[in-house]
Amino acid sequence: MSMPSPVRRSPSYIAFSPRRVFAMVLRHWYLLRSSWPRVFDLMYWPAVQMLMWGFLQTYVMQSSGTLARAAATFVAAVMLWDVLFRGQLGFSISFLEEMYARNLGNLMMSPLRPAEFVAALMIMSIIRLTIGIVPVSLLAIAFFGFNLWSMGLGLAVFFLNLFLTSWAVAIFVAGLLLRNGLGAETMAWGIMFLLLPLTCVYYPVAVLPDWLQWFSWMLPPTYVFEGMRALLIDRVFRSDLMVQAFALNAVLLTIGVTGFMLLLRSARREGTLLQGGD
Amino acid sequence: MRIATAPEPSIAVDRLVKRYKAVTAVDGISFAIAAGSCAALLGGNGAGKTTTISTIMGLVEPTSGRVVVLGAEMPRQRHRVLHRINFESPYVNMPMRLTVRQNLNVFGMLYGCADVAGRIRALAEDLDLGDFLDRPTGKLSAGQKTRVALAKALINEPEILLLDEPTASLDPDTADWVRGRLEDYRRERGATILLASHNMSEVERLCDRVIMLKAGGIEDDDTPERLINRYGRSNLEEVFLDIARGRGEAREAAQ
Repeated sequence: MSMPSPVRRSPSYIAFSPRRVFAMVLRHWYLLRSSWPRVFDLMYWPAVQMLMWGFLQTYVMQSSGTLARAAATFVAAVMLWDVLFRGQLGFSISFLEEMYARNLGNLMMSPLRPAEFVAALMIMSIIRLTIGIVPVSLLAIAFFGFNLWSMGLGLAVFFLNLFLTSWAVAIFVAGLLLRNGLGAETMAWGIMFLLLPLTCVYYPVAVLPDWLQWFSWMLPPTYVFEGMRALLIDRVFRSDLMVQAFALNAVLLTIGVTGFMLLLRSARREGTLLQGGD
Repeated sequence: MRIATAPEPSIAVDRLVKRYKAVTAVDGISFAIAAGSCAALLGGNGAGKTTTISTIMGLVEPTSGRVVVLGAEMPRQRHRVLHRINFESPYVNMPMRLTVRQNLNVFGMLYGCADVAGRIRALAEDLDLGDFLDRPTGKLSAGQKTRVALAKALINEPEILLLDEPTASLDPDTADWVRGRLEDYRRERGATILLASHNMSEVERLCDRVIMLKAGGIEDDDTPERLINRYGRSNLEEVFLDIARGRGEAREAAQ
């Protein structure tokens, strides 16, 4: 059979389209707007967590010494942990919504490119986190007199590093979901908890056994939480820690994106893109 | 068997093989679909229809062989032509909480429509969506959902329309209405349509070519009329049963 020669380039072929990214953001914005339980859920757990750790902080700070100083960072720690956890979850849930709706086939068959899809999910994770963290930060001021936003520029650098880590993990999880369908859903909900003890959210790295500290320092959030304690306890912004966190995040993002592309390729080989089931 | 085709087919499949581990879903099939024609892929469950269509859409990577759609090698060059193709399948849904208008707005933007609102207005008129344009898609009847899925499939005025069971689970009246719209679209736009269906009367009405698949291979390939005549049957359903039950070879040998 004589096959047609490949096209050079179609005039309306666009490598990266902000309009398609906006279309996907709009799709998830429509969904959030139409469902108050989804919006409520974005605020509920962060608020519960913050109140629980806030009261614990208040109790421990009534004692004296080092413990009281360390406890002063609990509320900040829980809120930064939420940035890491909810950043990944915001991305992954938006992706899962497509699977629950059986819409993934429509998207995969549309001109939407993987990079545009990922960009839209990143924007959605920021929107979802903002809806959750802003009211909770106001609650922290009201209940415990702790103003998260007073950390200023340091907070912006912490947020950026935590978002980068959460996206790297979420991109890899999206690849797992494409390849394995909803059978990999538990990874989306639970993978970040593996980082909870290792990234030393509520305690300094020095608490860990020596061999485990080596693993801990391989994870970018560890540098953020250490930096947060340095800022709140010693009033010092550790830019060296943030630079190292950025470098590690670059590595982590490279691994996440490469893993995603390999898993997407594997999903095309195995024909799992239309299935989406378990 | 070859059908006369235009010099540059819209879809060209050459020695396509797709294996899933030990299972061969498609086994070296070749065919070309001429621009502006309507062809059907027929076959029993597991014959390879869905795998073939998924490969044409770029959702599945061939084990070997080539698939070229509008001149683009699939799946490698799929992004060069996906805005010129669309599809409808009962195996995918549109987000249920979004209204029909919101869904069409999103897909209109994804497919790069210049005037999305205008296109939605035109589709609402053509497909009679006006009454439920602002209702959540999940709250529509099966017939209304099919019309919305068809609207999504036509949002970018595609040159190629891939349809998987386009009238499955519809009552005869709605199914007939959908077939009429597909005929209109093909006539007005000169679009190429490839459909997989188990409804033989639908295939007889819409298609000028039938590709019969069995166990991953092409069992026969001709116009509906010629197939019916060759098998000495009165309709396509009887031909389908002959082929599915292996009576085709015996009949041809006897003749």
